[in-house]
Amino acid sequence: MHVHIDQPKCVASGQCVLMAPDVFDQDDDGIVELLTDRPGPEHHDGVREAAAVCPAAAIRLEEG
Amino acid sequence: MTETLPDTPAQLPEHPMPRAAGCPFDPPPALRELQSSSPISRVRIWDGTTPWLITRYDHVRTLLGDPRVSADTTRSGYPHRNAAMLAREQDQRTFLTMDDPEHARLRRMVTGPFAIRKMEQLRPDVQQIVDDLIDEMLAGPNPTDLVTAFALPVPSLVICRLLGVPYSDHDLFQRNTQVIVRRTSTPEEVAGATRTLTDYLDDLLTVKRKKPEDDLLSKLATERVETGEMTQREAARMGVLLLSAGHETTANMIALGTVALLEHPEQLALLRESEDPAVAARAVEELLRYLTITHSGRRRVATADIEIGGQVIRAGDGIILATDIANRDPEHFPDPDRLDITRDARRHVAFGYGVHQCLGQPLARVELQVVYSTLYRRIPTLALATDADELQFKHDGLVYGVYELPVTW
Repeated sequence: MHVHIDQPKCVASGQCVLMAPDVFDQDDDGIVELLTDRPGPEHHDGVREAAAVCPAAAIRLEEG
Repeated sequence: MTETLPDTPAQLPEHPMPRAAGCPFDPPPALRELQSSSPISRVRIWDGTTPWLITRYDHVRTLLGDPRVSADTTRSGYPHRNAAMLAREQDQRTFLTMDDPEHARLRRMVTGPFAIRKMEQLRPDVQQIVDDLIDEMLAGPNPTDLVTAFALPVPSLVICRLLGVPYSDHDLFQRNTQVIVRRTSTPEEVAGATRTLTDYLDDLLTVKRKKPEDDLLSKLATERVETGEMTQREAARMGVLLLSAGHETTANMIALGTVALLEHPEQLALLRESEDPAVAARAVEELLRYLTITHSGRRRVATADIEIGGQVIRAGDGIILATDIANRDPEHFPDPDRLDITRDARRHVAFGYGVHQCLGQPLARVELQVVYSTLYRRIPTLALATDADELQFKHDGLVYGVYELPVTW
């Protein structure tokens, strides 16, 4: 899985950090930051959920 | 493309619609009917205009995420909630009713303090506030009103700390916020309450500019107002938004959530008997979904023709996104009218969706998680001190809840 984020789109809802705290973080303005763009399989469900709930569609996943 | 011509405005269903008697937690039955029969259809609102009412979860998310759908209340066609809100929204604009890029620029000035890490740092303080208020309540009269003794003070104390507002002024901001969110307030009353709150925040910003402390208002004062990036009045309006939204909504979730749990004792037992924080976190999401207290819907206006669900929403048409019934969409939430705190409800749209999704949601989550995991464990005998039928629900509120909640233990 390859994770892409679009920081200009991010609205700092923080939900990705709740869903996958080992993959997503926030900067001082609450904007999304990636801790890794190739998360291990144990994080895949959380990352998919994060992408699904992101209100700004700022998370894009390449599966495989 | 099939397009059914709207009936004449007089024949269209009126919005808002009434809830069914004896079903205070369920959205109006007419919304359920529209969701299954004509999920994108016109309704008639207070000013005689006929915006679209969107009732299915997928459509609600799609439209709230569409950049052609505007939150700008000054655009022609925007479906205002009532005359008072129409008047207020013209001269009390915040990023809530602006579109990007201006919305994003202003919102980002205040997103930092609500980051998840900051909220986790705040959690012990929230726990302390909740524990202290429960101590006070137990030492006070029994029965008591849970709204004034607990539901309002918890989020008010927390948001005061975050913003740097003296809690001793809580009467002033709670009372004026009540006026603003009451559907029956006159335009003059709403304008007066708004002015009072803005003046109050304006004065506070003057103090913060001279003597900044470690709080959000000081940050706005020193980093935005002093630098000329925004006027003090603009910062004051932003402060009013954060202060009002920061206490009123969560207070309603605490009180109404308590009624819902007391009326579903098997669910309350599940919550009370578990020490796992994940159980309380799930319960919070389910109660947010089940209660969806922002029952007047999210309001928008189309800036271009939009095809959706076999209909065409024309540029300039008003749109009401009924998030309460969307959160009861059986396509996404099986057995949707059942309160089930064990279900995974995280995809609900109770905080809205799209770029305007609630900025304070991380704070609301921490507050509600602490409250729901503490209150019923500390007071296991908590019960209504009146018949559930006697409770006064906020049918007339922009945000749903109960006016008073007499409880005993």
